[in-house]
Amino acid sequence: MSIKGRAYIAGAYEHPTRKAPDSSLAQLHAEVALGALADAGLTMRDVDGYFCAGDAPGMGPMSMVDYLNLKVRHVDATDTGGTSYLIHVSHAAQAIAAGKCDVALVTLAGRPRSEGQATGTAVRPLNPNQPDTAFESPFGPALANMYGMVARRHMHEFGTTSEQLAWIKVAASHHAQYNPHAMLKDVVTVEDVLNSPMIADPLHRLDCCVISDGGGAVIVVRPEIARSLKRPLVKLIGAGESVKGQLGGDVDLTYTGAARSGAAAFEEAGVKPGDIQYASIYDSFTITVLIQLEDLGFCAKGEGGRFVADGNLISGVGKLPFNTDGGGLCNNHPANRGGMTKIIEAVRQLRGEAHPKVQVPGCRLALAQGTGGSLGTRHANATLIMERE
Amino acid sequence: MTMAAREEALARIANPETKVFWEAAARGRLLLPKCTSCGRFHWYPRRVCPHCSSTTIEMHAAKGTGEVYSYSIMRRAKVPYAVAYVRLSEGTTMMTNIVDCDFADIQVGMPVKLVFRDSPEGYPLPMFTKA
Ligand SMILES: [Zn+2]
Repeated sequence: MSIKGRAYIAGAYEHPTRKAPDSSLAQLHAEVALGALADAGLTMRDVDGYFCAGDAPGMGPMSMVDYLNLKVRHVDATDTGGTSYLIHVSHAAQAIAAGKCDVALVTLAGRPRSEGQATGTAVRPLNPNQPDTAFESPFGPALANMYGMVARRHMHEFGTTSEQLAWIKVAASHHAQYNPHAMLKDVVTVEDVLNSPMIADPLHRLDCCVISDGGGAVIVVRPEIARSLKRPLVKLIGAGESVKGQLGGDVDLTYTGAARSGAAAFEEAGVKPGDIQYASIYDSFTITVLIQLEDLGFCAKGEGGRFVADGNLISGVGKLPFNTDGGGLCNNHPANRGGMTKIIEAVRQLRGEAHPKVQVPGCRLALAQGTGGSLGTRHANATLIMERE
Repeated sequence: MTMAAREEALARIANPETKVFWEAAARGRLLLPKCTSCGRFHWYPRRVCPHCSSTTIEMHAAKGTGEVYSYSIMRRAKVPYAVAYVRLSEGTTMMTNIVDCDFADIQVGMPVKLVFRDSPEGYPLPMFTKA
C-alpha cells in the first residue's frame, strides 16, 4: 500500500517564540497544537490521532492527550530525534490510509535555551545498558565533534572545503533576513563563517545551528477532509525513512541514511530530484545539508561542495532554493529538533505563503528532509515529498 | 588506584555482555570481538555478530595498530582534546582519542598505535598516539 495521495497536510504552525522562560513544556505543545488546528480550520474535538516524540513531557502521548483532553483512537510516539516529525507525518498518512484515524495532530516543543543546554558541545552521559555509550562517551564525543568528523572525512575523500560549507550558512542567512522571527537575521559572508570561532574542527560556530525554545505542529488529514477545508491543498505523494549506524565497525561517514529514505520517497512519489522546486534540508550543521543533498541525488556523491557554492541554495539566485525561513542555522531549531520546521516551511512554499522575497514562484513540488541522532554514529533520516494540488 | 576503586569504576562502565572487555582493558589489553562463523572482527563488542548474526564470538588481543579514519578537535572544552575514529589493522573501526601529539599533526590516514589511559572517572580507556 502506498501513501501517495492518501493524506494531506491541512494545518501547519510554527511558534513565534525563540525563548520561553515563562512557558511550560506542555503549554508550548498545546499552543502549537492550537495554532496548527486554527490554521487548518479544525478544533481539538476533530483530532482522533496524536503523534509526538521524546520532546513531549512525561509519558509522551498519554501526558499530552490527557493535558489536551483529546479523544484519540490512534497514537504514535516514534522517537528518532529531530527527524521524528517527518516520520510521524508518514506514519499518520499510513494510519489514515488504513482507516485508523482521520485527523492526526503532530506536535513538537522544547525549551533548551531557557534551560541552558549546551546542545552541541555536551557529551552524552554513559549508560552501560545502552550498548554503544561505554565505547563512545568516555572519549568526549560532543555532537559537534561527530559532525566534524563527517565533514573532515568528506574533505579528505572529495576535496570539500570550509568555504563551500560556509556557503550553506550564507544562503540560510540571505533567507533569514526576511523572517521577523528568526534568531539570527544578519546576512553573513563566507569570511564571516570562516572567521567565527572554531568549535569542533573543521566546524566553526557559524557552521552550527541555533539553540532555541519553541516548537511547531502539523495536522495531517484524509483527502475528503482536506477538500472540505478552506486551505490550499498540500498532498503527500512520497515518504521514506531509514536508520544507519556504524555498520558493525565498517564505519563509513561519506553517506547517510538519506540515500535510502530519499530513494524510497522519490520512487513512491514518481518524481526525480530535478523536479523538486523547493527543498527543506535538515541543517543542524552545514555538513548535514551538504551530505544529504548528495544522498538525495540533487548532485553526485562528492559534488556537494561545488553544488552549494556561489549561492546555489539562495531563493531567486540558485537552482535549489532551500530553507527559505532561515532554517536551523539562522531561524529556529526548537527543542534541538529541526524536523518540524522543515515540514512547515515546505508547506508555506507550496501554499504560496512564504515571505514574498523568498517564495518560489509557482511552487508545486517540495521536499522535506530530516536527520535525527548523530550522522557520526547512529542516525535516522526521513524524506517527505509533497505536491500542491 | 585501589582495587576497590577500580572495581567500582568498572561497574559503572561494564554490563554483563562487555565485562570481559573492560576487565582486560584494566590490565592494559585491548580485546577485539571476532566471529568464528564469518571470521570478521566487529566493533563495539557484542555477543551477536553484526555481520552474520552468529552468536559464536571470541575475543582476540588486538595488534594495537591502525590509522586515523577521521578526527575532530573539541575546542570548547577547558582542555581541548581530539576525538577520532581509528581503523584498526584488523579491519574494524573504533571511536577513541588521539593523545600525546600536536593537534596540528593529526591527519586522516595517519598511522597510530595503542596506548591505555585512565579516564578521570577511573575507566581504563584504549586510546591512540602517532605511530
Ligand atoms: Zn559473523
